[in-house]
Amino acid sequence: MAIVFQKPASLTDKELHYCPGCPHGIIHRLVAQAIDALGIEGKTIGVAPVGCAVMAYDYFTCDMVEAAHGRAPAVATGLKRSLPENVIFTYQGDGDLASIGMAETVHAATRNENITIIFVNNAIYGMTGGQMAPTSLPGQITQTSPYGRDLKTQGYPIRVCELLSALDAPYYIERVAVNNVKNVNQAKKAIEKAFRNQIEGKGFSLIEVVSACPTNWGMTPQKALQWVDERMIPYYPLGVYKDRSKEDAKEAN
Amino acid sequence: MAKVTFNEDICKGCGLCVDACPKHILMLDKNKINRKGHNPAVMTDQSKCIGCAFCATMCPDCVITVEK
Repeated sequence: MAIVFQKPASLTDKELHYCPGCPHGIIHRLVAQAIDALGIEGKTIGVAPVGCAVMAYDYFTCDMVEAAHGRAPAVATGLKRSLPENVIFTYQGDGDLASIGMAETVHAATRNENITIIFVNNAIYGMTGGQMAPTSLPGQITQTSPYGRDLKTQGYPIRVCELLSALDAPYYIERVAVNNVKNVNQAKKAIEKAFRNQIEGKGFSLIEVVSACPTNWGMTPQKALQWVDERMIPYYPLGVYKDRSKEDAKEAN
Repeated sequence: MAKVTFNEDICKGCGLCVDACPKHILMLDKNKINRKGHNPAVMTDQSKCIGCAFCATMCPDCVITVEK
């Protein structure tokens, strides 16, 4: 019998500290599978964020750097420019990337910095206990919006893929989800492509992964994934938002 | 004939594999508590398993190994 599925080699044996049913585990695995598939474990450096994934450095076998809150794209820029032969990725949540780190993200994108960003959007601050995030949906109940997010006082959710795709520079931007097997397989392909873009020197690749937070949403893991399907994906449509490989192909002709 | 093994000690009993299984042969074992304090996922009928690895695809904790 041949092994069809096993834990990827780029993940350590340390048990994940995430809550039961937290899709962070799935996304960690997808990143590790991409690293394995491309055979780049020895030259990959990850940048861990502040948030639930703050201890991601314990879980990947590659080298990891811990960035200050939101500054992962800036740290990744420095790493990539000083170590251009290495593959640099950041793994960030929505509180990290879309709130405190928005400036770093937008400027790294507009410089078309040759890095890979994995952006996990679960519409809430998980680690700090479920406060409203920039990506929380209209009317979503959180610790800091107990009557639901009020668009008049708290503004509209930020759609990061749409926002960044308005820039001329970024090379590849795609939004995927991990709420069912089909979407997980699509996410796997997208993450692998984002790493391949960097190896080929194409530039800035950002994959937004629509995720869930069963604990802070106050739902079972099953109900949370259903909520992703019913509420998150309609507001955050999946798909490729920017792909400059088509422009490259045009120029080549 | 497929073979599925569970690393029961690290299972958090979230049940995402149970929902993903197209053959409905996975369940959380209510009579067992692992060292993390959860009811781990178990397979009820190995002979019906088709080795699609949907369970392992949805498992957040890499509990499941699938052989075919």
